[in-house]
Order: sequence, then structure tokens, then C-alpha cells
Amino acid sequence: MTDNTTDHNKGEGAEGPDRVIGTPSSAEGDRLVASSADPHSEHEGPFPAEETHARPEEMQRKGEKVAAAWFTLAFLGGIIFFVGYFAFSSTEIAEPRIAQYSNVTLGGGLALALFGIGAGMTVWARRVMPHYDVSTPYDELPSSPEEKGSFGDFFMKGAAESGFTKRPLMRRTLLLAMAPLGLAPIVLLRDTGPLPGDTLKHTLWKKGMRMVVEGTEREGEATWIRAEDLGNAPGGMISALPYVQPTEEHPHGLSLNEQAKTVILLIKVGEDEWKPGMTEQQLNWTHDGIVAYSKICTHVGCPAALYEQGTHRILCPCHQSTFDAADGAKVVFGPAHRPLPQLPITVDDEGYLVADGDFSSPVGPTFWDVEKED
Amino acid sequence: MSRTTQAPKGLRATGNFIDDRFHVAKSGEKNLRKVFPNHWSFMLGEIALYSFIILLLTGVFLTLWFKPSMTEVVYDGSYERLQGVVMSEAYASTLHIDFDVRGGFLVRQIHHWAALIFVASLVAHMLRVFFTGAFRKPREINWLIGIAIFVLAILEGLFGYSLPDDLPSGMGIRILQGVMLSLPVIGTYVSMFLFGGEFPGEDIIPRLYMLHILLIPGILLALIVAHFMILWHQKHTQYPGRGRTEKKVVGVPMFPAFAVKAGGFFFFVFAVTVAFSAFVQINPIHLFGPFSPTSITSGLQPDWYMGFMEGALRIFPNWFDFTIFGYAVPTGVLVPALVIPGILFTGLAVWPFLEAWITGDKRHHNVADRPRNAPVRTGVGMAGITFYGLLWMAGSNDILSETFSLNLYGTTWFFRFAIFIGPVLAFVITKRICLGLQRRDRATLAHGYESGTIQQLPSGEYIEVHKESPDEMVHVLRSKEPLDRTDTEDVDENGVEAPSARGLRGRLRTALAHWYTKDNVSFEGVEPHSGHHGQHEEIAPEQAETATR
Repeated sequence: MTDNTTDHNKGEGAEGPDRVIGTPSSAEGDRLVASSADPHSEHEGPFPAEETHARPEEMQRKGEKVAAAWFTLAFLGGIIFFVGYFAFSSTEIAEPRIAQYSNVTLGGGLALALFGIGAGMTVWARRVMPHYDVSTPYDELPSSPEEKGSFGDFFMKGAAESGFTKRPLMRRTLLLAMAPLGLAPIVLLRDTGPLPGDTLKHTLWKKGMRMVVEGTEREGEATWIRAEDLGNAPGGMISALPYVQPTEEHPHGLSLNEQAKTVILLIKVGEDEWKPGMTEQQLNWTHDGIVAYSKICTHVGCPAALYEQGTHRILCPCHQSTFDAADGAKVVFGPAHRPLPQLPITVDDEGYLVADGDFSSPVGPTFWDVEKED
Repeated sequence: MSRTTQAPKGLRATGNFIDDRFHVAKSGEKNLRKVFPNHWSFMLGEIALYSFIILLLTGVFLTLWFKPSMTEVVYDGSYERLQGVVMSEAYASTLHIDFDVRGGFLVRQIHHWAALIFVASLVAHMLRVFFTGAFRKPREINWLIGIAIFVLAILEGLFGYSLPDDLPSGMGIRILQGVMLSLPVIGTYVSMFLFGGEFPGEDIIPRLYMLHILLIPGILLALIVAHFMILWHQKHTQYPGRGRTEKKVVGVPMFPAFAVKAGGFFFFVFAVTVAFSAFVQINPIHLFGPFSPTSITSGLQPDWYMGFMEGALRIFPNWFDFTIFGYAVPTGVLVPALVIPGILFTGLAVWPFLEAWITGDKRHHNVADRPRNAPVRTGVGMAGITFYGLLWMAGSNDILSETFSLNLYGTTWFFRFAIFIGPVLAFVITKRICLGLQRRDRATLAHGYESGTIQQLPSGEYIEVHKESPDEMVHVLRSKEPLDRTDTEDVDENGVEAPSARGLRGRLRTALAHWYTKDNVSFEGVEPHSGHHGQHEEIAPEQAETATR
């Protein structure tokens, strides 16, 4: 595996065979089985086994029995595993309860089998095998000055022969030739994705788009949200998405990308509860005390899904950024910096809540040019 | 050990076949005789190795069914509660592994548990190496490889956690993407390129899958092999004791004792991992439902090794966010997600070199330090653990708040202060404990140990009889070296400032070296059992606290 064979410091550094190592104090009854007749004591390997203590025969015999018991138990564990495998068919485990039984039988059997083998091997090592410590010198790691010098001489001679340092034209053109190759992998990664452009700054929301409750069946006009629905909504809050005609590409409505950007919180604040922080424009973007904010936290993008009606606070459960819905969704606590973007809303002729344009600022985590106009 | 029996013919034939081609009899024997020092703490690294093997085995099994695809499908599998739900193929195939493949549920859970144990044992192993100074020359390179393995293991875990595309796993990717976006200038490009467009897109899971099953495990495997080859070549460190010196390592031979013990231990580690997977459910993705960027549950927790980053993100305030020429720099994301882990891992990586620079210690070290004998290092380590631990706890502040009915924002404020005070306290307390233990060691060395036997002297005075410590203990106690600052003498014998102590760098180093060694208890001149037996004589404090040079 390594170059251990090059034992460059045979005998060096070792303190010599001047002591007997690691004899356990409870060694009474042990037999000394290693003797000076051991041919390996003179072996030029790194160290001799200086002393060997066999376990008493009685202990070995008992150890063998205990180890055998563990191995037998392990075998039984293996049998349990197979029984578990064939007892529950692959159709039965579709039921979570049965899957749990199957898991416990297979896992329990396997654990028993593995534990039994481990325990048996430990008993084998501790009761049956002789106990002794051996020693070996640590290698003297730095090479001798002669070796280092010889290496250096050879290397410099080779370098001079190669002419790499003496022939600058060749050297520099070789480096020049390498440069494009080094850049090639980076250039090749260019097509992993499109350039950001201004995609992060706009969403699907357009003037006049109707809304549906997020997480429900998104078809049929009955699901479009009306202003009155907010009065009945639990907690005075609805998590909503824009309504789009199902397309061939997205038979289930919006793609996840679109959902990730367009999801909003519709919140009923009440006309008289607005805080002075709300600008005239922001108030114009509300309808009948209903305000719409992006649900995606401006910190790192978790859905800020928790809303407390009494305090009008929106809380992101990931890192606890807290926004005040009655105050333009400004940050009142936590690591987020920008307020949640507000979506202008109004009602259309038929009384459905609709968007009155796109969000007031880019949705989601803050990025480098988030505040730059295009 | 004597050659009592010749190897059986078949074995000899095989051996000869190999040796004829590779000439390995000598090096083979040397490796069979390789010495492994004994100590329970040397098994921590073994646990990491074995968990890695378990991860490879179970991971291969999981790839037989897992489909790394974000194509939307309507679930039509055998898990009834999610039938008709729109989900990604990745999530659907994970459900297939759970509810259609016998043993699939078990293997998935073994894989997850083994990942948690892998990172945990890496950390424990790293702390063992740190506190015993086993990273010192000549083992600094292996320490760096270990840090690289640690960082890659965390990434590997995060990517693996993200693959099933269940609700929490998708939220992990979402946070990852939010962190990427925060990078100045390049953030949006990095995110768009990695995700193949906007979040979540359709490319991220196939790409993470490639990283998770090919690139990172490949690098990890290479690094682990390098770690072991270096360890094998340099040999293990050992704890002080009889016969154990800087020149000679003492332990059991590789064959047969260590091979059987280590083999047994592999089965133990595997058994415990399987038992957890059988009886303690982890990551029941079928209960979480598929990922949706619009939903979340409260009380969401990442795998434990991501907890410190999660905590940092929670407690770092938004006060330092700024814009430059109209461009936003969200330090509230950048610092906790990138700068703090950066400082932590860079600090770990440079510590061996920093310590060697401060102490001027250029010698080889094979005998491990007892943590008490390096009080500043031990203190710094405990400060680091406290810092990490507080961040980790802050990652669960919502759970703490709910469990103990505490104010949520109050817990955030607590951690915002504790993160500064805690490490300082930990350093001071740890250092004091170390110095106290040093003084006790010195007393034990000089007087023997307290026997618990009370004697009345003729004068009527009661004393406790001290007995001579066993030989082994004396060896351990005497392993404490005088702290050697070989070339940090700030003045030579003529009172002239040494060149190395001049200039800003030299002064800083002298100051640090002083700080590193000043409080150490000197054992100089203390002979074992030289004190008067039976008399309890305190060492004069000023004598005890003299710094050694």
C-alpha cells in the first residue's frame, strides 16, 4: 500500500529492545509462548513481537463457546431478515403500517445479524487470541542530507537537460498554448443556464389577472377570489396565485417556477388600521382594506406563511423575519432587509379581485442589482 | 509466533502467484505486523470510515430505483394517500423505494442515519485530533485533508438531503439559492447557471444527483485513501505511557489482533446504524409531501450538521446590509451563510501552522498531548465548540421557544449576546480547569496519590497518607513537556533583541507566545515522589506558576 518496505532507518531512533512492553498486570496464569527461538525476532522487519501472552486454555475454551453463541445468534438474525423479506410482499408494503412492520423485521433481523458477528469477533479477539503489545520505531521522516542533495542534483541536472529554463521561446509558447485549454472548461459551462437579464425582476402578474387560492383545484370560475372571501377566510389571510388557462405544457396550471414568484398573501387589514408608514401609492394599491404582498421572504426565499391577525404580523418560519402587513410589510424583526413586495390589486367589473400590475419591487431574496431600474 | 505449521498448499500457491508478480512478501509481512496503538478515542475515525463504507453500499442500492428528474407527474403509485397529487419524478421514485421495494424503506433510512453518523464521527474524530495535538508536525497535511473531507461531507449531505424533493428538502435548496443570490456581482449568474434558469427549474436535481453520487463521493474516496496512506506511512500518534516515546510506537499488531477487533467494530457500527433505521424513523418523506415553493411547515429543521449555518442565518441581524452605487449587498445573508463558516473552517485549517508559528515548535510529535497540558489550545478549542454549539442551538430557537414557552424574539436576542460572551467564558473556564489539573498532576507526581487513609500523628495532627503512584501513572504525568519556544527568546543573553522578535510581526509573535505559555505550571525539577510522604505541603503559588522556557 505504501512504501513501507523502504525502511530507511532500520534500528535508528528505536530505543532498542531494552524493555518488555505492555504486559497486563493481571497476567498471572499466562504462558509465555514467544521465545528467543522465534525466527522472526531476528527478522529484518520493523519489529519483533517482544512478548506474547496466550490466554489460559480454560478462558479460550469459554471464549470459543461465547463467540459461537453470538455467531449462532447472528445466523438467526439473518434468518429473521429473510423471513421478513418473504413474509411481506412488495404489494403489501404499500400500506404504511405494513411497511413499518416490514422495516422493523428486516432491520431488526439485520441489526441482530451484524451485532452478533461484531460481538462474536470481539469475544474471539479478547478471549481466544493471545494478548500482547508490540512496538516499532517511528520512521525518521526527513531524508538524510546526502539523499536530499543527491535528489536535488539529479533534478537540477534533468531540468538543465530539458532546456525548459534555458529556452524561453519554447517555454512561453507552451504556456501560451495551455491558456485556452485551461479556459475551455469554464467557457463550456456557459450553457448551463441563461443569463439573468431582468428575469428576476418581473413576474407573470399582469393588470386584470384574477386569483385562485393556492393549493386547491385551479379550474372553474367558482374558485376565483372575490373581495368578500377575505371576510370569511380563517385568520383574515388567503394564500393565492394568479389564475391562468391550463396549457399543454402545464396541464396543472402554473409551473413551479411561476408559483415560486407569483404566490401572494391576501390580507384583510381594515381601512382604519393602516399605519402612517403606508404611502399614498401603497394605499391606492389596496382594495377595501385588502392588501396583497409577495409570500416569498426577501431574506433567502422561504414562504413567509405565518400570519397573526391581531398584530398584522407576517412571520417567515425559516429564519423568523417578521413583516408588518399594516405598514407596507416593513421588516420589524429578523434578518430580512427589504419589505415584502406589494402587488397592486383592485376589482374587475364582475367583482373578482384582480391584479393592477406587477409587484412593486423584485420578488424573493435580495440580489446585487435588485434595486436597479432596468 | 514461532513457525509451528507451514501454510496450507492452496494458500502458499496463491501467495506465490502474487509474490512472483509483485514481490510483496517482505512489505506484506511488515504491514501485517503494523502496530496499532490502543485507545478508545482512536475508534472515532474508524466509525467515520465504516459509515462511509455503509453509505457507499446503501447509496448504490438506492440508485437502482431513484429517478433524478423534476418532470412533473401525477402520482399513481401504491402509496394511497398521495394518489393523484402532482409531484416530481424524483419524489415519486423515492415513494416507490419506500412502498414498493422490499427493504427500500430500510436502506433509505440506513443511508440517512449513516450520513448523520458519518459527519458526527468526523467531528468527534477531528476534536480528538485537535485536543491531543495530533495535528502537529509531521501530520499537518493529513489534518488539512481531514478538513477538506469534513467540508465535502457537509456538502454531500446537503445535496443528498435535497434529492428526494420532498417539502423540507426543497426548502433546503431554496435557502441555498437565496444564499447564492446574495453574492455580490456574480450571485444571479451563479444561481441561473446552477439551476439552469430560475428557481426551481428542472435541472437542479439531476445536477445535484451527479454531484452527490459521482463527483463528491469520488473526491471523498480519493481524499480518504490519501488520509489513510499518509496515516499508514507516518504511523499513528499514541498517548503517553510506559515505553511509548517519540521514537517508538506501541500497540497491537495489524494481524491478527487489530484485524479481528476492527472487523468486529465495523459490524458493531453497521449494527447500530441498522438498529436506528429499524426502530427510529428518520426523514419520513411520505408524511411531508412533495416540494412546493409556496408552502412550508413551521418547526422545520435541517439535518444536524447544517444547524449551525441555519442558526447563524437566524440570529444575524439586518443592520449591516448596505447598498453601494445602488447595488445591494445583503450582509444579513452573506455573513452568516458564507463568512462565518469560512472563518470556522479557515481557522481549523490554519491552526496547526499558527500554533507552530507562535510556539516556534518545529519538532516532530508522535506522543499525543494531554489536553490539560496545552491549556490555551484546549481553551481555544472549547471556545470554538461553544461558538459552534450556540449557533447550532440558535438554529432550533423556534423549537426551544415553543418547548420552553419562551419569547421567540427573546431567544434570538439571547443568542445574539451569548455568541460573543459564551466563547470567552468557555476559554477562561477551560484554561483555569486545565491549569488546576496541571497543579494537581504536579502534586501527584511529587507526593503520590491521595490514598484516602487518614492517620493520626503522635502530635495529634491528622493527615492523609499519600501513596506512590503506579509506574504507568508516573510515565503519563511526566509526559508533560516544558513548553518549548525554541526561537522566540525576545532578548539574548546580552540583552540584545533577537532578530525574530523585531518588527511588528516579531512583537506580535512574542506577545502571542507569552500569552500561549505564561500560565503553564512548571514541572521542572519535580522528581516523582520527592515530596515528604504524609505531609500535605502546598507548592508555593509563585513557584508553581513560573513560566517555563
